Parts: sequence; C-alpha cells; structure tokens
Amino acid sequence: MIHASVQTSPIVPETVLAQVGSDQDGAVLLFLGMVRNHADGRAVRGMYYDAYEAMAVPVLREIATEASARLGSDRVAVAHRTGDLAIGDISVAIAVSSPHRAEAYEASRYVIEEIKKRLPVWKREHYVDGEEAWVEGTVPPGGGAPPHRASPEAKTDIAAAARGGTP
Amino acid sequence: MSVSVRTLFFAAYRDLLGTSALDVALEGQPTVADLVRNLRARGAPFDALPEQPAVAVNRTYAESSELLSSGDEVAFIPPVAGG
Repeated sequence: MIHASVQTSPIVPETVLAQVGSDQDGAVLLFLGMVRNHADGRAVRGMYYDAYEAMAVPVLREIATEASARLGSDRVAVAHRTGDLAIGDISVAIAVSSPHRAEAYEASRYVIEEIKKRLPVWKREHYVDGEEAWVEGTVPPGGGAPPHRASPEAKTDIAAAARGGTP
Repeated sequence: MSVSVRTLFFAAYRDLLGTSALDVALEGQPTVADLVRNLRARGAPFDALPEQPAVAVNRTYAESSELLSSGDEVAFIPPVAGG
C-alpha cells in the first residue's frame, strides 16, 4: 500500500518504515532528509517549511505511485513535514521495500528528486545572524515558463522581496 | 459574463503581495495568461510577479493557455524547494 502524508507533527522514522516491508522483500530502505546547520557557507539555526497542502498531498501521492511503478511493488511510504523545524529535525522520510536492492535504491532516489522538482513546498532559512530568506527553488515542470525563459527582472524583484520580507 | 476565480499566493509571492488570497473577476473566456496579465497590470507590487509564473488550477499544474471557469482555485507557485 502506498502512503503519502504532509504533516505538521514530527516525523517518526519507525512509523514510516513500518508502512513498507513484506515477506517477499529482501530490501528495505529508509531515507531521511534532515535540517542541517549550514547553507552556502552560512550558519543556519532552523528552517520554516510552507506548503500548498491541498495540492502537496495529491502530488506526493502521485510521486509515490510513479516510484511504485519503477519499484515493481506498492510498498512506498513518504512523509513531508511543514512548519518550524530545528537543526537535526526530519523534514522528509521515504521508505521503500522490494525483493531486491537495486529497485529500492532507484525508487527512493526517484521520490526525493521528484519532490525537489515539483512538490509545492517552500522553505525559509533562519540564519544564526538573525536574517532569514526563502531558499531559491526549482521551477516546476508543466507549469509556467521553463527557467531559461523566466524574466530575470521579475525574478530579481521576487528575490529582493523575499529578502526584505519578514513574516 | 465575467469569470470569478480565487487566486492563492505562497511563500515569496505571498510576502511580495502581502496577501495569501485574492478574488479576481475576468471578462470573456479568460486563460491563465489573462489572469496573470490582469494582476501584473495593477502596478506595484503585482508587476513584480513573473510574466509566466508556474500556476496550478484546481491543484494541478496548468499551462498558461488553460481556460478558467468561475470558482476555479488558481495558485501561483514560486519555484519549489521541498525535501
């Protein structure tokens, strides 16, 4: 069974891991994305994750379903966190299981890469020096202009607004 | 005949505009591109939105040529940064 959730409560790895696995599976893989204490050489003290939850849940499920097709098993579970996270908190957990390891590694990698390309989630870094900024993201495919056609002027304005804005 | 849609703004777009949602009425048979033009024509700060932002209509990524209907939920999606 495929599991996909977007949650404000802390992710418990054991819970996500328990959603996969079967007697047919010789490979069980758990990936955890964690909040780290640095970004581009700057000390980070925490991260705020914002999501378009009504869309993020179906998109996450769609990604997990695509991964399941690659995996050849329906044993895929993924959870993404939102809200305020501290260093060392888990932002995303991906568990997959399959009879053999190659498909498990491929499917797990597929889920995290697709999350970064198209899950409507944003993160704001809080730096140790007191400043904060939205992390520069990826233009999702199938919507809007491809990156090389995006207006550089508009992008600069948005970046400036993001830097200046304090929620 | 006018078409009324609910627009949503997230993350950097929400900060830019100072709002997370806006109801917009458009004339004729408007597309996503028409909505973007309507907003950008309002001047600052709306004119800082990209000319071709990523947009989702009713929670699915949409092309700029997609036609809008009354009641649609149109979300402006800044470059995403999950994970």
